[in-house]
Amino acid sequence: MNLTLHIWRQKNRHAEGRFVTYEARGISPDMSFLEMLDVVNEGLILKGEEPIAFDHDCREGICGQCGVVVNGSPHGPRPATTTCQLHMRSFKDGDVLTLEPWRANAFPVIKDLIVDRGAFDRIIATGGFITAPTGNAPDGNAILVPKPAADRSMDAAACIGCGACVAACPNGSAMLFVAAKIAHLGYLPQGQPERDRRALAMVARMDEEGFGACTNHGECEAACPKEIPIEFIARMNRDYLKAALFSPAERSGPSDGA
Amino acid sequence: MELKSNVPPGPIEQKWTRHKFDMKLVNPANKRKYTVIVVGSGLAGASAAATMAELGYQVQCYCYQDTPRRAHSIAAQGGINAAKNYQNDGDSVFRLFYDTVKGGDFRSREGNVHRLAEVSVNIIDQCVAQGVPFAREYGGMLSNRSFGGAQVSRTFYARGQTGQQLLLGAYQALERQIGLGAVKMFTRHEMQELILVDGRARGIVTRDMITGKIESHIADAVVLATGGYGTVFYLATYAKGCNGTAIWRAYKKGAAFGNPCYTQIHPTCIPVTGEHQSKLTLMSESLRNDGRIWVPKKKGDARSPGQIPEDERDYYLERKYPSFGNLAPRDISSRAAKAVCDDGRGVGSTGLGVYLDFADAIQRLGEATIRERYGNLFDMYERITGENPYKVPMRIYPAAHYTMGGLWVDYNLMSTIPGLFVLGEANFSDHGANRLGASALMQGLADGYFILPYTIGNYFASNKFEKLAGAHAAFKSGETSTAARVQKVLSINGQRTVDSFHRELGSIMWEFCGMGRNEKGLQTALQKIPALREEFWKNVRVLGEGEEINQSLEKAGRVADFLELGELMCLDALERRESCGGHFREEFQTEDGEALRDDEKFCHVAAWEFAGDAKKPVRHVEPLAFENVHLQTRSYK
Ligand SMILES: Cc1cc2nc3c(=O)[nH]c(=O)nc-3n(C[C@H](O)[C@H](O)[C@H](O)COP(=O)(O)OP(=O)(O)OC[C@H]3O[C@@H](n4cnc5c(N)ncnc54)[C@H](O)[C@@H]3O)c2cc1C
Ligand code: SF4
Ligand code: FES
Repeated sequence: MNLTLHIWRQKNRHAEGRFVTYEARGISPDMSFLEMLDVVNEGLILKGEEPIAFDHDCREGICGQCGVVVNGSPHGPRPATTTCQLHMRSFKDGDVLTLEPWRANAFPVIKDLIVDRGAFDRIIATGGFITAPTGNAPDGNAILVPKPAADRSMDAAACIGCGACVAACPNGSAMLFVAAKIAHLGYLPQGQPERDRRALAMVARMDEEGFGACTNHGECEAACPKEIPIEFIARMNRDYLKAALFSPAERSGPSDGA
Repeated sequence: MELKSNVPPGPIEQKWTRHKFDMKLVNPANKRKYTVIVVGSGLAGASAAATMAELGYQVQCYCYQDTPRRAHSIAAQGGINAAKNYQNDGDSVFRLFYDTVKGGDFRSREGNVHRLAEVSVNIIDQCVAQGVPFAREYGGMLSNRSFGGAQVSRTFYARGQTGQQLLLGAYQALERQIGLGAVKMFTRHEMQELILVDGRARGIVTRDMITGKIESHIADAVVLATGGYGTVFYLATYAKGCNGTAIWRAYKKGAAFGNPCYTQIHPTCIPVTGEHQSKLTLMSESLRNDGRIWVPKKKGDARSPGQIPEDERDYYLERKYPSFGNLAPRDISSRAAKAVCDDGRGVGSTGLGVYLDFADAIQRLGEATIRERYGNLFDMYERITGENPYKVPMRIYPAAHYTMGGLWVDYNLMSTIPGLFVLGEANFSDHGANRLGASALMQGLADGYFILPYTIGNYFASNKFEKLAGAHAAFKSGETSTAARVQKVLSINGQRTVDSFHRELGSIMWEFCGMGRNEKGLQTALQKIPALREEFWKNVRVLGEGEEINQSLEKAGRVADFLELGELMCLDALERRESCGGHFREEFQTEDGEALRDDEKFCHVAAWEFAGDAKKPVRHVEPLAFENVHLQTRSYK
């Protein structure tokens, strides 16, 4: 099949960007979306035009590196699917597609479809962990975790850190990403000692990084390739409030990771 | 070149304990005087960087992705082994050791493997403490599953995302240290050169993948944890960016390369659909716990699987290996799949596929149980193929998946270059000629959390380090050669894309150095690869500039190295005139087609030394002794 693509081209962080139109010809429905872009790029190189830069690595939906906004939807039209796992059978001959990078205040575009998501790492560094230096751990079965809690924790831990939730949110909020980490650790007994500190530190950092507030649009949940449920945000808000009200000491003392 | 394994003396169960006591220590207050560079942030690199920073060393960590959390370890699905014996099914440290030595077809070092089995239990404890959400039973205890090559249930898992969860544990520990200022993280930085001063590894040269800046970084020791080189096959289960560049650059500076030809072809991957294919996706081996593998008995049987009655199906693994059945080790299962396809009984449009069928398991356990065990894998299969595996059997075919070969290291994980340590898949150490499932995650974390942090201290305490400046001649020349290489690639402006070269190299490797190898084929490959390499340097087209994000340039650097490394793999495969594990030389097989080892001539590690660009590398040998698990013919019948 043949498609028309309007693709965002931008030389670097400081340059102005614009849309450029390309034709993708002879596309097989068995190709992945990124393989379709590979084909376009091979053609561009042979014509002497610079290929389109896009982020990707595992190409199997787990590393979280890929991400293109296709016709306004982060990761494209198919629910619960990353860009790399999207296949061309989701489209039809003659389709016209617009491809853009994640758009968010906290994720500057650095080239074409590539953005800088370093803010996510900095949020994790302030509190998205359990302090457990190597070598001090008790036997694995000494800490019993009820199956439902382990399952719930795993639901949240499935987040791949892709940032689609931020790109989908009209406010560019990172609440779903942060809430997922807080829930992953908060459902486990091991995560309890730092629970208050974690919520306060991560939320503070999120604000500093320039992510917007949550006004309950729910777009994040719809865009999330790992179906992280929005109810984790409510849970995070409860954790945060409780910590802010009852742990003033945690609040005033700087987190050791800040 | 001398290959000293430095395995400590004494009974196998006491070697590591004694060695830990015998090694010199660095006083806690002095640790901050040492800087360590860790290249790689996968399970091996992240765990090592975090642990060394916790101990007080100054650590710098590098990765080519935009964040350390995306290292390829993230993609591991099935699980991690540990000799906990929580299932009370007779497991022990010795059994895990035994299974791993046997699984590796008696081509690994006993001392290293025993240590791996010993520390396996600590890994699970460490990961639980960090909040890795392993699968649990209703009583709250840890759950296990079985993996190939073992008759006990010792694999710990987190749904089908075990690698992801283990890596997030290590990544979070690493981020904590970054937040504390103890680790300096360099994302989107690719190592280009290893720098030696007075014969010791003292730093690296990197290219900043955003600005193109070429920079030197100085340290007292360098740790490579850069993963495997299986993307030399182009189509592989690896992430697209996985590369051999770091270890290849180190090889060219004098680090011996151990067993380059030992590669693992995984039996259960989604088959190729066409020319456009850019990678292959693994369907976890854990599926073989409940899935049954079969092909039609009749050649060229074009009926849909549901129409083929039970007695016209050949469950060939169950037939040939009754005691291990569908859980036969990977090398054996892959070759068996190739054999039935070569016999004209393969399925799917290309005839290169076999069925992995869950109908019996669904009938026995119900769809809900299967969904809970493998739901995400089934979804992934459906997304890629457009077929529903709850209704029709999956189609699978072998694909390149893991490299047992890698830089040669001694018991302390140090290469033949003093001060250069190599961890995880990047080294050659523990898996011999075939790796068992769920053992790579174990090895990466063992190396990073529990082995290197001790052995590197011994290296620091035993040597003196002079202070170096970035202006040192060795660093300047590393920067100059890196810049020259970038310029050279950009200036060729030929007719072919980087990917087209990579694809062609991959098909040469797959055909002649893949599941079956023979003298003639390897000789052919040894002609074709240098010719392709020559063409690459004349005819590759890389557009754009060096001082910006340039993905073709990045790929070109990696492919240029693969064009050299592929040749070494073929040479190693040619010289190893026996079959063992994943290395199957067609000339050396038993009557029923199993690998035929030659222990008299080849019970050793082949470690290759670089001799200069146009010269044949030198093959050195480290003999292997089997004192605890006796040499025997591997049988899974
Ligand atoms: C699909 C799949 C499933 C698997 N499932 C299992 C399983 O269930 N159980 C199991 O035990 N094993 C499994 N394995 C194998 C296992 O995942 C890997 O062997 C292991 O994770 C490798 O870890 P590592 O830390 O050595 O390297 P990696 O995780 O590959 O990390 C390499 C790191 O090095 C960096 N790097 C590489 N080159 C450079 C360079 N030139 N400059 C700078 N940085 C560089 C990368 O950025 C990355 O951070 C699986 C493998 C695959 C492909
Ligand atoms: S919450 Fe979902 S959309 Fe957001 S980063 Fe995680 S996986 Fe991506
Ligand atoms: S490339 Fe890894 S999630 Fe898409």
